[in-house]
Amino acid sequence: MRRALGIAQLAVTLLAAAFLLVPALMSIGAGLTVNYFRGLSSGLTTKWLFEVWALYADSIWLSLLIALACLLCTLIIGVPAAYVLAKNPGRLSRAIEEVVSLPLAIPGLALALALLQLYGTFQGFRLSWTFILAGHVLYTLPFMIRSVLAVFTVIDLRTLEEGAASLGATPWQRFTQIAVPNAMPGILAGALTVVTLSIGEFNLTWMLHTPFLKTLPVGLADSYASMRLEIASAYTLVFFVMILPLLVALQLAAARAQRIGETGA
Amino acid sequence: MRSATPTIGLSAWLALPMAVFTLAFLLLPIARLVAASGETEAGWGLYLDVLSNRRYLQALLDTVLVSLAVSLAALAVATTAALYLQPRRFYGRSALIGCLTFPLAFPGVVIGFLIILIGGRQGLANSIGRELLGTRIVFAYSMVGLFLGYLYFSIPRVLLTVMAAAEKLDPALTEAARSLGASPFAVLRDVTLPGLAPALAASGAIAFATAMGAFGTAFTLATDIDVLPMVIYTEFTLSANIATACALSVVLGAVTWVLLLIARRFSGGAVAAAG
Repeated sequence: MRRALGIAQLAVTLLAAAFLLVPALMSIGAGLTVNYFRGLSSGLTTKWLFEVWALYADSIWLSLLIALACLLCTLIIGVPAAYVLAKNPGRLSRAIEEVVSLPLAIPGLALALALLQLYGTFQGFRLSWTFILAGHVLYTLPFMIRSVLAVFTVIDLRTLEEGAASLGATPWQRFTQIAVPNAMPGILAGALTVVTLSIGEFNLTWMLHTPFLKTLPVGLADSYASMRLEIASAYTLVFFVMILPLLVALQLAAARAQRIGETGA
Repeated sequence: MRSATPTIGLSAWLALPMAVFTLAFLLLPIARLVAASGETEAGWGLYLDVLSNRRYLQALLDTVLVSLAVSLAALAVATTAALYLQPRRFYGRSALIGCLTFPLAFPGVVIGFLIILIGGRQGLANSIGRELLGTRIVFAYSMVGLFLGYLYFSIPRVLLTVMAAAEKLDPALTEAARSLGASPFAVLRDVTLPGLAPALAASGAIAFATAMGAFGTAFTLATDIDVLPMVIYTEFTLSANIATACALSVVLGAVTWVLLLIARRFSGGAVAAAG
């Protein structure tokens, strides 16, 4: 009986894994074959990858630029914010956290419409890449704040700071030399989350982009709609290659931050 | 005591970037969105019009139904897999977990494309169907395709949450139940699932909220079925019904947000949607 149950569970697990893996592998295969409809017998090639680079290099660079700028913004805004929230626990801090986390609950499309309604007429801002950046920071900031806050709440910040203060450290020194270094695992996990999400963000970006500013996922949507399947697949492969190492690093960093939370060290 | 006042001063400075950003790019835009939805001749009556319009209501209903179906399916699949993987140690286990979680941060557009590769006109299912059965199997551009796409990005998220929760369950409890003669199903029903309930509520709510707001997948599949985000998009770009699009966004945002609040009451943990 237990054995039968285990086998049924394994079957469901394997089916789910196949459901996730097979189309991804098909896409990788399609991006590397000469002609997808004639199959692998038509031979392997990297020409589609070169075509993708020729067509979409700009969007790939733009996505990297926005992801790094977004990381910088979320660090500058999020790390001090998490510190203040951790140091002043209470109703107000919880309310602030709730408000800042609204972009996690409100669909990206609605947020993008809201940004367009307010800033759509400021042409200089609307047409520059910083408009897309604002959307990305809005969407990723809660992840940074939560990740850093999670570490701040488990380390004994108060004792550490009291020790530093008794040795004559100023509030600013306590923030930069005590709090930030101790929160590093949370900052790292938050940073990887922010970069990963920014590179893959589509819902907001699709509404905020202009014909001259296409990010990687916007370019992907474009290639799915108008390019031959091999090019669309090769572009997807480029995206996989960029995002998968980030995801692996993210899992490791998150596991490390979690362990610190559990041991309380 | 020298540091008491300066700390408050520093806190204010450190919180300033967050305050400015949140005001400028979150609160003011949302206020503007709500205001824009009341700027037609119908005024706030627009919400009544929107909520009594058959097409919009149908879209809302379809969105809720497909999101609900996806959450339940993802919970069932991910819980089954998590309960299999969590207690066992075998060769290839981490590879299997990797296979189940790698699409974690894939955007909806990519997932739409992957669903087309399986169930599109030139997809895997269709070529198998043609070879073996001589029939046409195309499901990517229908509600089935949308369901599978949403399921694709829900499984990894739900699985990670449920596995983390399953790890914290006390194995002594299931051991005790078993030694007292409970059947595997009874153990599952009376011990394991109640222990996982907060994680299931939290991750189910995330899956639901994500599916409610998902846009990229529906956009790539270019389905003729109307889910609310697609309706908002068409109203905004093609019909230039800006007030209606804003009103529908407010409804979608409010429904999703309230649902997450309720879910958090149940689970006590952090609940967030993404994607």
